This record gives sequence, C-alpha cells and structure tokens, in this order.
Amino acid sequence: MSTDTSKVAASNGTNPATPAGKPTKAGAAANWADERLNLSGFSKFLSRKIFPDHWSFMLGEIALWSFVVLLVTGVFLTLWFKPSMAEITYQGSYAPLRGIDMSEAMASTLEISFDVRGGLLLRQVHHWAAMIFIAGMMVHMMRVFFTGAHRKPREINWVIGATLLLLGTLEGFTGYSLPDDLLSGTGIRAADGFIMAIPIVGTYISFFLFGGEFPGDDIIPRLFTIHVLLIPALLLALIGAHLILLIYHKHTHWPGPGRSEKNVVGYPMVPNYISKMTGFFFITFGVTALLGAFFSLNPVWKFGPYDPTKVTAGSQPDWYMGWPDGALRIMPGWESHFWGSTWSWNIFFPVIVLPMVAWMVVLLLPFIEAWITGDKREHHLLQRPRNAPTRTATFVALMTFYAGFWAAGGNDIIAIKFDLSINQITYFLRAFVFLGPIAAFIITRRWCIALQRHDNEKLLHGYETGTVIRTPEGAYHEKHLPLPEDEAFAMTVRDRGRTGDEPELKKNGKLSLRAKLRAFYYDHDVDKPTAEELSEAHHHAEHEAHALAAHEGHQVDGHDFDDHRHSAIEEPLSR
Amino acid sequence: MSSDLSEIEKHDDSHPELNAHTDALLPDPGMHEHHWRPTDVDPKAEKRAERQVSLFFGLSALCSVLFVVAYFTVEPGYDGDVLAGYGASNLALGASLGFALLFLGIGVIQWARKLVVDIEMSEERHPASPAPATREVALAELKAALNESGMARRPFIRNAMIGSAALLGLPAIVMLKDLGQTNAQITEEQPYPGAGLEHTVWDAGVRVVRDVVGTPIRPGDLEVGDLVNAEPATIFDGSLHGAPLQIAKSKAATILLRMDPNDITNDVTRNWSVNGIVAYSKICTHVGCPISLNERTTHHLLCPCHQSTFDLADHGKVIFGPAGRHLPQLPLGVDADGFLVALSDYPEPVGVSYWERNTYDIDEIFDEWSEDHAADAEQYGYKEGGQ
Repeated sequence: MSTDTSKVAASNGTNPATPAGKPTKAGAAANWADERLNLSGFSKFLSRKIFPDHWSFMLGEIALWSFVVLLVTGVFLTLWFKPSMAEITYQGSYAPLRGIDMSEAMASTLEISFDVRGGLLLRQVHHWAAMIFIAGMMVHMMRVFFTGAHRKPREINWVIGATLLLLGTLEGFTGYSLPDDLLSGTGIRAADGFIMAIPIVGTYISFFLFGGEFPGDDIIPRLFTIHVLLIPALLLALIGAHLILLIYHKHTHWPGPGRSEKNVVGYPMVPNYISKMTGFFFITFGVTALLGAFFSLNPVWKFGPYDPTKVTAGSQPDWYMGWPDGALRIMPGWESHFWGSTWSWNIFFPVIVLPMVAWMVVLLLPFIEAWITGDKREHHLLQRPRNAPTRTATFVALMTFYAGFWAAGGNDIIAIKFDLSINQITYFLRAFVFLGPIAAFIITRRWCIALQRHDNEKLLHGYETGTVIRTPEGAYHEKHLPLPEDEAFAMTVRDRGRTGDEPELKKNGKLSLRAKLRAFYYDHDVDKPTAEELSEAHHHAEHEAHALAAHEGHQVDGHDFDDHRHSAIEEPLSR
Repeated sequence: MSSDLSEIEKHDDSHPELNAHTDALLPDPGMHEHHWRPTDVDPKAEKRAERQVSLFFGLSALCSVLFVVAYFTVEPGYDGDVLAGYGASNLALGASLGFALLFLGIGVIQWARKLVVDIEMSEERHPASPAPATREVALAELKAALNESGMARRPFIRNAMIGSAALLGLPAIVMLKDLGQTNAQITEEQPYPGAGLEHTVWDAGVRVVRDVVGTPIRPGDLEVGDLVNAEPATIFDGSLHGAPLQIAKSKAATILLRMDPNDITNDVTRNWSVNGIVAYSKICTHVGCPISLNERTTHHLLCPCHQSTFDLADHGKVIFGPAGRHLPQLPLGVDADGFLVALSDYPEPVGVSYWERNTYDIDEIFDEWSEDHAADAEQYGYKEGGQ
C-alpha cells in the first residue's frame, strides 16, 4: 500500500533524518559491529515485521514484562539473602523478634526488610510481580484459547505456554518458601505431606528432597538453587522459544477490512511496537513498584520464624496454589490400608493426580480439538468466542471447575466472612465441582449460539436504531439500519459449517467416537447466512424502508428522526 | 547430485497456497485510507504532544532524583506504625521509583501514540510448513549425511555409541543417592533421638511440659476444658540443637485437653487418660499441619489448614474433613513427683500417611501396646480400665 507520507515528513521537521557528510562516531561503531555481526540483515528481518493491534494482544506482554521485573528484582535480592538453615539468634532491628532463634534464611529476610534500604520494596515488588506473572500467563492463555489462536500452526507454542505456566507456578512456590517463616514452612510441610502420599516412592522422594527427615537443614538451600538457577533458566529458554515462534508464525489478527488468512495487517516493529513495548515495560514495572510501595505483601515478620509446632489460622498459599489446596480441602478422607501399606487417596488424588491430569488436558486441548474437528488447515484469522460455541463452552467449563476448587481453597475464609457453616460449604463445593462445569458448559454454549443468531439478525436486518415508527394504521415498527460495511464484512469472514473431512464409519456401520464427538462439537452451531438470504433480506429491508419513509414526514416533534431520516432514504440498503 | 537438487529448487520454490476457506459473502472493503492525526497535520498539536512527552520524561527524572534523596534521608527499619503501616522508607522509595518508571513509560507510550508515524501496513504470510522442494532437499542432505558418516552401514558401532551415551545417564542418577538417607537407614541407625518416621522423642517417663516455657504440668493445673500445647521435656533439656531439634519438635508436638472423664466415649482413650486429661499428637494426619483450633464444648479439634476435625473424646477419630486417620493418642501417666508423663512413645507413627505405614485400628494398637508397655506403665499409675 502506498501512502503519501509527505505530511509526516513536513510535520516532523525540515531537516533530513540522515545528514550528509562525515559519519558520526555512533555510525562508525555501528559499522564496525555490522561488518562482524550482520546487524543490517537482522534489522532488515525484524524491524519491519508487522504486528496487529488489539488490546487483548497485550496480555501476554504483561506476563513477559513482569518476568523481566522478577529477574531484575530477584538479582538484587540474592545479594543479601542467605539461603541457609543454620540456627542463629536474631539481633536485628525488628524489636519484637530480637533474641529469638531462627534460621539464617529468615534472619536475612528480616535484614532485607528492615536494614537494607529499599530491601522491603524489592521483596514486595518481586512478590507482586510473581503474582502478576502467573495471572498474566493465565489471562493470556484464556485469550488465546477463546479466540482460536491455539490452532495450527501454533499448537507447539500452546504447549510451550502451558509448560511456562506450570514452571511459573513451581517457581512461585519455591520462591515464597525461601524466607523460612511460619507460613512458608507450613507450606513446605504440606508439600512434604503431598510427596509422602505418593504410593511406593513417596517416602524416598521426601527423604532425598529434605536430606533426611522433615524439616532437616537442606531444604532451603536446595529450593534456592531450584528457584534462582534451574527454573529461571528453563523459563528463559522457553520464553525465548515462545517469542521466536511468535515471530516465525507472525501474530494472528482479527478479521476486518483488508485482513485475510494470507496477510497480517498492523504496524511495524520499528518504530511502532518497539516504542510501545518499551513504554509498556516501564509501565508494568512502575505499577508493580507502586504495588510494592502501597500494598504490603507477605509480612513474614508478623508470622515469625518457622516452628514445626505452630501454625496460624487462615493459612493460605499464594493465589495460584489455591486450587489444588481447595481440592485437598473438599476431598473426602479416603485412605486404604492393605498388606502393611497405606494408600492416601485423600492426598494423592487431589494434589498429585488432579493437577497433573488438569495440566495434561490443557496441554492437549489444541490436539483434542483438531482431532474432533478434523481441521488440518492453518489459521491466522482469530475467531470470536461465540463462533466456536463448543470450544468456548468447554473452556468456560474448565474455568468453572478451577473456580470451584479455588473457592474451596478459601472455604474457611468464606465461612468466617459470610457466617456460613464450613461443612455446608464443603458439601456444596463437592457437588459444584462436578455439576458447575456441566451447567457452565450448557449455558455458555446456548449463550454463544444466541449471539450467533443475533449476529445473523444484524447482518440480515441491520442494527436496531432505537427509533420506533408508528404507521397510520397504528402498527409500530423499529427502524433498522444496515451495518457499516467493515463490520458486516468482519462478521461474515468465518467458516461455513463443518470444516474437516467426514470421519469414516466403523465396520459395523455405526458412528465412530470421533464422528459422534464431531457431531456434538458442531451441534446447533448457527451458520452465517447464505448469499441468497442476504440479498433477499436486503431487498426486503429496502422495500420496508421506502414504505416507512413515506410516513416519516408526520413526526411528533421535529427532532427524533432528523439524523436517521437522511441515511434511511438516501443510502441504498442492499449492495 | 547437487545439480539435481538445484534443479528441483529452481522448478518448485513456491510455498503451498494458504487455503482460503471462507466463501466471500461480502466483498472485502480493503484497508482504510490512512487518517491523519491532529499531531500529523497541525504543528500546534504536534508541539503540544511534544510538550506532554517531555513533561512526563521530566517528571520521571524528578522522581528518580527523589528516590536518591529518599534513600539517604529516610531511615529504614521497622516503622510499621508510620504512615498507616506502610513504613516511611518503603513508601518514599517505592512511590518515587514507581512514579519514575510509570512516567517514563507513559511518556514513551504518548510519544508512540502521538508522534510516531502510525501508518497501517500489510505483510504477506507464508505457511509455517516448508515448500515441498525445501523438504526434499533437506531429506536428501540428511540421507547423504547418514551415508557419508556410515551411520546406516555400521549399525553395530552406531548402537554401541547410543548405548554408551545412554549409560552416561547412570552417573547422574546415581549421584542423587546421597541427597539424603532413607527412612529405613535413619530408623536403623538412630543418628539422633527419635529418628525415623515411626519414632518421636517421647518415651516412658518423659515429662509433658508446656510449649515455649518448658514447665512440667500437674493434673491439677488444668481445669476441665483447658487446652495446652505441650512438648516432651527432652526438647528443653539442651541436648538437641539444629536439625535434630527441629525434627524432634516437628513430630513430638502434643495437645493436652482436660475434659470431664464421663465425656470420654472410647475405652482406649479412657485407659490412656489421667483424670480426664488426654494427650494427642498435634500433627494432623492429613498433610501434617499443627492442629490448633479447639471447640471447647464438643471436644472437637479442627485443623486450620484443611479443616479436618477430630473427636478427642473418641480416640481422635475423624468426624469431618479430608483426613483419613484418627489422631494418634499419647498414653499419659503421673510420675513420683506428681507431674504428667508419657507412658511410652506414641503407639503408632504420628503425622502424615506414607506408603510403608502399617496401619491398624485403635483396638489392635491398644492390644499391642498393652503387651509391650502396660507392665512398665504401672509405675506411673497406669491401670487398665481407669486411673
């Protein structure tokens, strides 16, 4: 597309961007590097890459930048933190704990909080950024799935993303366990209980992890290494791969004028996105810094050092660990004993099996969907959630499943705040985690289908103007006007009917599982109108508009119809 | 061969078409004409935007300076009462740093939105998969490489290489063996008192003392309904330090509750009680939280972590929640000086379940305990059927 940029050039100053004459020092340095690194080639490849614009494409960026904030603040924190469980007597500046025995890890956390200037800020920014990192990943994942951006060719990036979410969660857990305060110690102890519940090998894993019996004095240094070296390295590598694939596949975009499966419409990396992304990084960092300044988080000095004989009421893990904890709370206390062994279904199932299975399901979603639909094409245009009712409903069902367990993670808080019986809440949630997703699925699917119908109505009969006309016979009509051209086009860019090949029948002539699932997937899906329906509807609308226009001279007052009359009469309705 | 490949490349270097799979119901109106922003065409608006951007950068710089000033002037330390609990230092440093970053970000975004040229462009996409020709070339090259290296023709040394490389995983795994001793080893070697999952530091005659202060307890010290967090006296005699102390505490923590002896509904519980005083492990049999919430009127004990509820009048059995087993009870007696003591270690492993745990019901546990300890326990006033 050729656009006249003369106006820009004029308004951005009169001097040419690259003055002729002697090369500058910076230019010489760039030249030196270019001769060795081919920076020009890299710049040519990347700088004019086009990225489409939409607010929802920013959600993943929140996760990316909060990860950078985590790296920066984390490096600072390692300068003072001592990952040691050696017992010392605290003599720092926080008077209420002075003279109390605690681990060096806890003591150094207090030192960071009260004796290092800005140390408390670093801790709080680091913790806030971790919360936002995981929330950002989850919201980004929702955006991707609801809009169909997980489809071919982006399945591998989906898998990488799901792995990042898992690693991020583990990173968060190992991180908030490090201060060795009462709350985090309680978390580690519970984790030890989870590990011990693994049949056959549980005790071995626990003893290897803790260097013997819980709590021992190895766990904090080991978690520290995992937290600052092992998982961050994996996260960095996977984030790199995630971004490389993003660039290779080019970003998906929404249907709209000039946008198709074969192009990507938006703004170039340089100068538009490089500047917006840089700005957004500082905004993310700024917001987390302000959160750290104004909102206290994990005040370990109030919890005190870890003491295996103590616990505080209302102990709660960080929000993203809430749902397995909730599953643990509402699980019936099933435990079997046979042949001298103990099988803790009540622990093993909710915190080991369930999260693993849930993660595997999320990981496999794109593959399951592609298998059901049989769709092998590449997709670069996004879908509105309503246009894939079964997919949208499936994910909402999964979210409801998650929400039920997450609420269960706070059953004690709910009981206290709302003055309810914890037993009743527990019984309710036990039923809800099974029935809630089913209800959510049905409601969401019907909702999507209703929205699809509404879209078709708008395409065929135009949008509702809110203008009601009374005919001389006394009948009332609401006047409809045709959708703007762009909107109508964007709405019609979607598949018609089933997309994959028809699955073959089984030998006995019955439908295969896949065929049944495919039928279920597309059940009640509302197709967009056909060309004939569209032209007939427009013809009808035009006719009606003329009929109504005849009455429009007799207005009740002079204002109601002024704006609309013009367009209804002068704009032809069918194209 | 190389000439063949270049032939293929020359003939077919096109990517497979991206399949357009929607019928064009309406014609594509095409990309919009570019709309010029006020800042593009109006020098006044442009100047105004420039001023806004520079104002944000200026504010950012000011905040950075303020951060340095605050760093050197505001004292750190615990000041939880200052500024509604925010702490002066944290608030000053955090607000100045936060706004310095935020203003910088807003300035850059404002620049990008108002002054950076915003012409929408279109870029062609290519399928993610390679062109068939590229794939053929790659496969041919791979095949050539396999031939030239002899990987295909010399399967024995190829397999030997793969096998020996795989065996290199063994040292890495074996190294992990010394991460820690197993439960069996620790139980066998007893490197510290009460070592192993089946033991605690409790033993016959060990006094039951108050948590934190370590003072022994006479039965008469407790009123009906009193709940005391207790420890074995061993924790306070100075013999344990560091990890062994933490391990001992993590398993030996005990709850004492005095109830009306007539409220006790279980014979075993009654046998192991003294004047209605019962002692149970404080470590939840679910995932090991120390249990602490007592419902005084019902003798129910609630775990604050996952709400398992145990009935202390009836051998600590689970009456609600996710726990799978009753709380282990510590048999109590009174020593010659009139202080509460344990009659033995806990008759069964305390705390969380683990696979190797041999679990019996309470009557079997009691029978086994009676055989091993009842005779010794008589010196502490133990008598089956009531004390």
